[in-house]
Amino acid sequence: MSLGQSATPLGKVTGLGSAHHGGEHWLSERVTSAALLLLGAWLIASLLFLPSRDQQTLAEWLSAPSGAVPMALLVIAAFKHALQGIKVVVDDYVHVEGNRFAANTLLLFLAIGGASLALFALGRIAFGGAA
Amino acid sequence: MLVSILHRMTGAALSFAGLAMLVWWLLAIAGGANSYASFSKAAAHPIGLIVMVGLTWAFFQHLLSGIRHLVMDSGAGFELDTNKRFAALTLVGSLFLTLLVWIPQLGAIR
Repeated sequence: MSLGQSATPLGKVTGLGSAHHGGEHWLSERVTSAALLLLGAWLIASLLFLPSRDQQTLAEWLSAPSGAVPMALLVIAAFKHALQGIKVVVDDYVHVEGNRFAANTLLLFLAIGGASLALFALGRIAFGGAA
Repeated sequence: MLVSILHRMTGAALSFAGLAMLVWWLLAIAGGANSYASFSKAAAHPIGLIVMVGLTWAFFQHLLSGIRHLVMDSGAGFELDTNKRFAALTLVGSLFLTLLVWIPQLGAIR
């Protein structure tokens, strides 16, 4: 919905604020935080209950669907949540429109790059057979 | 006030240093025994340990103050007393959980 054409008071709020797209970002950041609460608990519990933490044990753990899938979800949720969080900081402190766009774009590339690298590593552990 | 600022600072630390460590760790596991050995060596170095313990604390501090924010989003906990106690609790809690994770590791570090 474009600015200034809203028919309802709620519609007027949507699209305002420093992020310029209303409540979606706010809600999404909380949804990813809830996901990370669960996946973080899973990660800590998994590491605690593994018989050892050498490379072979870790690779076996992350080869099985029960390890690979939650870890892939954790990577995606963590990078998304980090990107959303850093965007809030950038939107708060970078006031020049062009610089803000550049910073947010750079961070987006960084997050997609990092997440892809992590997912590549997980794919290699699960399907590579190099371990 | 302090806890709110810490939420941002720990969030930023986790976003950059934390996720970099996560990616490095996964790549090291994918790379085989030798590549994992060099990761372990770096992590066991005094600087590596400071980073790992620091990130553990940042994780728990961000987690607990994040839960505090979720509770406050619901409109609860805005009374001054409750609010202050909850904020203090995140500081004590993160310290406690960090020690809980790392004290059993002390033996393994030598």
